[in-house]
Amino acid sequence: MEDLSLHILDIAENSIEAQATTIEIRLEENRRQDLLTLEIIDNGRGMDKKMVKQAADPFVTTKKTRRVGLGLPLLAEAARAANGRLDLESKPGKGTRVRATFQLSHIDLKPIGDIAQTLITLIVGYPAVDIVYVHKVNDSECRLDTKEIKSQLDGVPLQSPEVLKIIRTHIKEGLDQFKEAK
Amino acid sequence: MPKLTLDDLAKIREKTKRLTTIRVGGEYRAKVCVHMGTCGIAAGARTIMNALMKELEEREIHDVLLTNSGCAGLCSREPMATVEVAGQAPVKYVDLTEKKIKEIFEKHVLGGKIVQEYALGIGSEKTDY
Repeated sequence: MEDLSLHILDIAENSIEAQATTIEIRLEENRRQDLLTLEIIDNGRGMDKKMVKQAADPFVTTKKTRRVGLGLPLLAEAARAANGRLDLESKPGKGTRVRATFQLSHIDLKPIGDIAQTLITLIVGYPAVDIVYVHKVNDSECRLDTKEIKSQLDGVPLQSPEVLKIIRTHIKEGLDQFKEAK
Repeated sequence: MPKLTLDDLAKIREKTKRLTTIRVGGEYRAKVCVHMGTCGIAAGARTIMNALMKELEEREIHDVLLTNSGCAGLCSREPMATVEVAGQAPVKYVDLTEKKIKEIFEKHVLGGKIVQEYALGIGSEKTDY
């Protein structure tokens, strides 16, 4: 994976596979502590203790199409390379929280990448799943919640060309402005 | 997230409501599914998905359904997408690029003609007599 936004998409796909209906993605840049924290929290079917232990093993997967599962191991490696770590918390029937930490100033920290593309891919690809995105830089925060957008659209599909366009540009502009302001 | 105001959304809602009612019952002319497993994502599936969204936007197409799926087990041929034109068998396309998917969208999704050179399994085996 070239950047963190692709890891986020990949881990969120796990949540969808686990039948999550809400996925919360949190990215927190704490410059004072030189710490970047990425969390992906879902309300999917969750894992038992044994599965949590195995999840970081590349030769363990729940999929039947192949025998390796690289999503979490790759994220764990990206975190380790930037002096951070990966933590998994999960409860069967409740959901899963993936937390990866990184040293912000580390030379091997991957770029954050195109978050807007990742979000729009999830929003359009899985219209039934609600996505919450929270990006914090020190004390300021920007937030996107697809539940709010959907309730306003009142049944108009997210895939309508008009909706696509407006959501794409707004997510991108919103994030760019947020980045610039920081 | 600034700027996406309730007014904007209300306007779209009014504009597209008419179009949506035509579509109730899931009458899509075609479905396009981009394979979004770890392998697909690492190989560029997100770019493919976004290229397709742009096509829908620019051509103002309302009756093509875009979805994602997981790994199909052919990781070395990613990025992959499956095109299913209503009433026809699904076709898997492999080793995609942005350019290829745009061509597939125009010729197969809209035109109904399979782009054989990018499809999986055509011309890969020979029969010896």
